[in-house]
Amino acid sequence: MATTEQPARSIGARKLRKEDPELITGASRYTDDITVPGMLWLSFVRSPFAHARINGIDTAQALEAPGVVAAYTAADLEFAAPLFMAFPLRDLKQPPHWPLAKDKARYAGDPVAVVVADTRARAKDAAELVSVDWEPLPAVTDVMAALEDGAPLVHDDLGTNNAGTWDFELDSPAPRRADPGPYFEDPELVKVTGEYFLPRLIPNAMEPRSVLCEPNVAQGEYTLWTASQIPHFIRTFLTIELGIPEAKMRVIAPDVGGGFGSKLEHYGEEAVAVAVARELGRPVKWTEERAEGYLATIHGRDMYQRIELAATRDGQLKAVRVKLHAAMGAYLRVVSPAIPMLGAWLYAGVYDPEAYDFAYDMVFTNTTPTDAYRGAGRPEATYAIERTMDRLAHELRMDPVELRRKNMITKDKFPNYTIVSGLTVDSGDYQGTLDKLLGRLDYEGFRREQAQRRQSGDAKVIGVGFSTWLEMCGLAPSRVLAALRYAGGGWEASTIEMLPTGTVRVLIGTSPHGQGHVTTFSQMVADQLGVEYEDVEVLHGDTQVVPLGLDTYGSRSLAVGGIAAYHAGEKIIAKARTLAAHQLECSEDDLEWAPGTFTVRGTDRSVDIKTLAFAAWSAHDLPDGYEPGLTATHIYDPPNFSWPHGAHACVVEVDTETGSVSILRYIAVDDCGERINPMVIEGQVHGGVAQGIAEALFEEARYDEEGNLRQGTMAIYMIPGAPELPSFELDHTVTPSPTNPLGVKGIGEAGTIAAPPAVIGAIVDALSHLGVTDVERPATPERVWRAIQEASR
Amino acid sequence: MRRITVTVNGVRHEADVEERELLVYYLREGLGLTGTNVGCDTSSCGACTVHLDGVSVKACNVLAVQADGAEVMTIEGLATNGAMHPMQAAFQQHHALQCGFCTPGMIMAAVGVLNENPNPTEDEIRHGLEGNLCRCTGYHNIVKAVAAVANA
Repeated sequence: MATTEQPARSIGARKLRKEDPELITGASRYTDDITVPGMLWLSFVRSPFAHARINGIDTAQALEAPGVVAAYTAADLEFAAPLFMAFPLRDLKQPPHWPLAKDKARYAGDPVAVVVADTRARAKDAAELVSVDWEPLPAVTDVMAALEDGAPLVHDDLGTNNAGTWDFELDSPAPRRADPGPYFEDPELVKVTGEYFLPRLIPNAMEPRSVLCEPNVAQGEYTLWTASQIPHFIRTFLTIELGIPEAKMRVIAPDVGGGFGSKLEHYGEEAVAVAVARELGRPVKWTEERAEGYLATIHGRDMYQRIELAATRDGQLKAVRVKLHAAMGAYLRVVSPAIPMLGAWLYAGVYDPEAYDFAYDMVFTNTTPTDAYRGAGRPEATYAIERTMDRLAHELRMDPVELRRKNMITKDKFPNYTIVSGLTVDSGDYQGTLDKLLGRLDYEGFRREQAQRRQSGDAKVIGVGFSTWLEMCGLAPSRVLAALRYAGGGWEASTIEMLPTGTVRVLIGTSPHGQGHVTTFSQMVADQLGVEYEDVEVLHGDTQVVPLGLDTYGSRSLAVGGIAAYHAGEKIIAKARTLAAHQLECSEDDLEWAPGTFTVRGTDRSVDIKTLAFAAWSAHDLPDGYEPGLTATHIYDPPNFSWPHGAHACVVEVDTETGSVSILRYIAVDDCGERINPMVIEGQVHGGVAQGIAEALFEEARYDEEGNLRQGTMAIYMIPGAPELPSFELDHTVTPSPTNPLGVKGIGEAGTIAAPPAVIGAIVDALSHLGVTDVERPATPERVWRAIQEASR
Repeated sequence: MRRITVTVNGVRHEADVEERELLVYYLREGLGLTGTNVGCDTSSCGACTVHLDGVSVKACNVLAVQADGAEVMTIEGLATNGAMHPMQAAFQQHHALQCGFCTPGMIMAAVGVLNENPNPTEDEIRHGLEGNLCRCTGYHNIVKAVAAVANA
């Protein structure tokens, strides 16, 4: 059977998403959409105080309320272990975090009891009838205040609010080039210091969290639906916390409405739902209300930064030294203590100094725990270095672009260049993205216009800010994670099955929540196996369907999960080759593979993979010892991170009379290696940049002196809507990663990493002629106006 | 409890509802129309946007009893005879959604915007959608999708 027809190449095509039809017609299935017979509702009783002793909890009145089935406090629900924390760093103080607080509440929103009733409304009504005898205690919510002598202690038995210090010299598995100490003593070098506070952010995935647990009492089995990025991890964590055998714990992340790190988490409500379902033998559901979520779902950032640069007078960067104080909140959640560490090697950005140091303190405060928020550690690093490069340029009276270009690691150093912080970067062309950016921007034209505006005396001035960014993502090589004291691995798994009727089933251990994995993975597998895009089904997010997986975070899904699928595909092809040689009565070496078909070299004799799949399934005529079926699993552990990079510019107009900022242009030139679906990639950049702009201009969560969250509802916390954001101008370069066979890198966090310094840098640039050198984040009109007033004093 | 009669996506329903029940929960839990999502509790996000007698409303801001005698259209009722509404098709075509959670409300709001102003500028589209939040797309492709329908 000769065939020359092959499906059109799918990689690189802007394929419309397979995910969309259900999402645009209302046929989607998020956790709160799911109802099972006999289902009860949970409502949590939470602390109204940031810090308070619990002298007693009386649930009697709640238990008498209509529809109420049960009520539990920490004393009533047994857990085998506290909530799992996955990064036991060196000498880390790790107080146990129980799903319901036992003796003290440590942040406003800390859950202390749960009420179970037959409807959502009745559960909530009854929760308000639970009476807690609170003894309010002094609270501390600011990181620096928490480190002062005499500060209220979040965990009194620790004797300090400092949970630990991560120190580059002691804790980095990779040695840095040199200690920067002597550089900062050298009188010949110019030094600049940047000090920044990165406000606390609320992730605001549009879908609130939701949990539904259905027990099978007779078998001791539990199914948990949860709005999560990490169903596999949650299965393991719940096993540890509840003593349920792992094989009897099924976790399903159905359609999940965004995560941005807030669902790279395991929450007490999940453990409580399983515990209550076990107690009652009935299914229970809890869905977060948004204001409740503002207290109960992790926050991001909340960090003080101090970064010092030393450079020669002609602008050669010599040394970088960084110290951070990072809020943990009241407890350490799954990866809280490691979030600043994810930036530990990146505070020199794309530059190439000689010496480097980095350290941070992890600080408890009476606040909602912090954990991963889009970019997690890398936006923080990029902000510090990029803003401070601007300061250095200002100090040296150099153009900020010229300073950047002068210090960039050059393209000829790649592949696999070991940067100052000791890690090895796979590939990059930093000048390439910058050149493309400047071409699009018309930098010289912009500077002319800026000067004209200033000369004309117009109250509205313009500025441009740059961010030439680098990140490490594709988390992560397991041996590196081990050296970093992470509890788990960084591999990913995929199984590919050629079904007898010619379609292909792909199981992936990543767990998407908007990223379009089904589409992207379909494109890859279709091309590799030479089948139609439409013939590939991708399954994910259910530990019973896809038992192997380490889920989605850290821009890892393509660069790790995708490569697992690629290798599974290679195994399929290798196995099919053996069968093809058997069928075509030739040696395997005589076969040529073009996606979809084996041909005997130099002949027209061929067989296609669908025919082989059927033959492998029927098993009627297989080589001796051949395992029936055309199925393969691959577990892939990446040898390195992936290191995408790019150059962004933001052009703003600032009204010097009101302090208001308008974004006139936002240009992003990114390089994530080979591009599977450009449409999906652009979508990731759009959303990431929007979140980065929001972080720079709008969003902050602050506490009042008593520890109440001031931005306690979505009506107050400033999430940008369509009028607040511009259209974005995107471009790209392609520098394939040599680390993996597809040459891909991650892109999910890029925009959020890149955007904040470009935006703030643009505002400062617009106002530089007035003497403004920095604007606090978020740069609200009031803060911009104050910066102008203070500079003019 | 109060008895209401409401026509949802062309189908007439009678039901006894609690006076405090929000329209969105009646739709989701009373009728099983879970396409309309709840994203907040302050009428900030617009995920629950439906059409009430032809006008976009946030269904978390309307009591079910207020819909007595009214016609409601939800995302499930937007397609006709199995053919997607042009706005639904445009959202897919222009990649105007990622996680999809804001999408039903966003599509209903977008249809409402064009009902009021069939030829909006980009700025008018953006302001027309200001009551609907999306955390994934940065609105770039949503605006493109709405403009594409307007210009079709």
